[in-house]
Amino acid sequence: MDTNPTGPIGHNPIGHNVDLAERAYRIRRNAVRMGEVQGQGYIAQALDIADVLAVAYFHAMRVRPDDPHWEERDRFLLSNGHYAIALYAALIEAGFIPDEELETYGSDDSRLPMSGMASYTPGMEMSGGSLGLGLSIAVGIGLGLKRKGSASRVYTLFSDGELDEGSVWEAIMSAAHWKLDNLIAVVDVNNQQADGPSTQVMAFEPLVDKLQAFGWFVQRIDGNDLDAVIAAFDAARDHPEQKPRMIVADTKMGCGVPFLEAREKNHFIRVDPEEWQLALEALDAGRTR
Amino acid sequence: MSSNAPAAPAAKPKLKTSAMIASIAGEGQRTVSAPFGHALVELAGQRPEIVGMTADLGKYTDLHIFAKAFPDRFYQMGMAEQLLFGAAAGLAHEGFMPFATTYAVFASRRAYDFIHQTIAEEDLNVKIACALPGLTSGYGPSHQATEDLALFRAMPNMTVIDPCDAHEIGQAVPVMAAHKGPVYLRLLRGNVPLVLDEYGYRFELGKAKTIRDGRDVLIVSSGIMTMRALEVAAALAADKVDAAVLHVPTIKPLDAETILREAGRTGRMVVVAENHSVIGGLGEAVAGLLLRSGVTPVFRHIGLPDQFLAAGALPTLHDRYGISTAVMTDRIKGWL
Repeated sequence: MDTNPTGPIGHNPIGHNVDLAERAYRIRRNAVRMGEVQGQGYIAQALDIADVLAVAYFHAMRVRPDDPHWEERDRFLLSNGHYAIALYAALIEAGFIPDEELETYGSDDSRLPMSGMASYTPGMEMSGGSLGLGLSIAVGIGLGLKRKGSASRVYTLFSDGELDEGSVWEAIMSAAHWKLDNLIAVVDVNNQQADGPSTQVMAFEPLVDKLQAFGWFVQRIDGNDLDAVIAAFDAARDHPEQKPRMIVADTKMGCGVPFLEAREKNHFIRVDPEEWQLALEALDAGRTR
Repeated sequence: MSSNAPAAPAAKPKLKTSAMIASIAGEGQRTVSAPFGHALVELAGQRPEIVGMTADLGKYTDLHIFAKAFPDRFYQMGMAEQLLFGAAAGLAHEGFMPFATTYAVFASRRAYDFIHQTIAEEDLNVKIACALPGLTSGYGPSHQATEDLALFRAMPNMTVIDPCDAHEIGQAVPVMAAHKGPVYLRLLRGNVPLVLDEYGYRFELGKAKTIRDGRDVLIVSSGIMTMRALEVAAALAADKVDAAVLHVPTIKPLDAETILREAGRTGRMVVVAENHSVIGGLGEAVAGLLLRSGVTPVFRHIGLPDQFLAAGALPTLHDRYGISTAVMTDRIKGWL
């Protein structure tokens, strides 16, 4: 199945917002169910990035879940490998991975290890875990796609904490140097990393100004506003300049589950057994249909 | 004060100068210019998937030859080694075969995690060719890659090659390309000595080869130390000592069968000679293999000390740290 088999690249026939809201709901639900398997994890990040992944997989990207290596697919690089729980949730929703594998998350011999690895999981294009790798790989893939004359794009998701890594800025400079207009990066600004709020760990603002000065086409959006996310992905695709494209997505950790949103330290959360059902109920309460 | 720091000179003797990229060729030695660059150009003519990449060291890794021949297949990634190897992984992901070059110190020490995670973990087809291996620069520790073999030997999926001369580099390039998966090549660049052609030698991946046979001592060596070992063997012959030289250009995977057979021949002392720290390189690889296999000849090890080495002229440093022909010859005589 091609998730957008008929339209031109990036135009998904499903593409109106109620459907995408439902996709985002199911991605969140899958992630919470995986979190329950482990009793803990990067749940808050999965909830904050669900809207971006819903738009990426069900609106923007050309992929074939039954043929993960389809040559004409758009590539998706998960640089922040600990967000694997979120990407698995999206890959399950898209049909890359059967729903029943969800309960193997993070278990021995599972195809769904806690940190994303390319050789384990259909649809996982890189091995993350060590942060700051994705943009450099994306530069190489962007160059490779252009060498091949391919119309495919390379998308990469990384986190605001990764902005601390020098290699990210090497790649940011290089992508502009090579005029990689086929590279669309999304940075998840949830302002939370291992040791605390990202902006306090290492001041990275004013981020839009920095990225523009580095030669990128930059949009800053509320990453939990589906209409804004759709518009940003569309504009990133259609922008005429030969520049790499960055979407700075401000997101809310735990988005959709109020009692998780309210937690102060939510980078890696432990959830009590009875709370998982409450989390699912909170998601159901916010469901738009 | 560091033991390496020189005292102020008392008089004004003629000073030996150091250089970052001094040639390792001896005076009057036959050399070939840029064997890696020329071999890569020849191969790339037949293999369109080959691309060249560097981090601001094209000229100093002989990749400029490739860049001139195939400008649209050459990627200058700037002085950014982490990006270089991450982007090489990306190009390999798309089916290309990057030959990525820098100095050995930068690949092994600065970009190790990038090579480990983006290339080796996915077993991607990236060829890493790095100049200034071991002690082949007088520039000081910043440019002396004395730990590169230890680091890359320890990396799963990585094949590690330490060629001796221009003849071997020319042969190794197509062999590296024919091997699927990541390869680390210790690159000799510039005017590279030509030695092994006289021995009818042919490089084969994973094969150790006897370059010269002998009854009294077996020198097991890789890289430029094989060139030295042959000079040592000639010097020892003048003293009626019959030395064999076993060249082990593939450090990983090690040719266990040949090494065990040769080291197991009775009556020969085994001396491993390497242009690398005594920690973690060919010497410990061979020692471990012998011990695990119950083959226990008299064993000696010539390598660089576990120190930050000095800056200076290469001949001075090779004498000081025991990898010059003269010092090696004397030490082996002393052990016999």
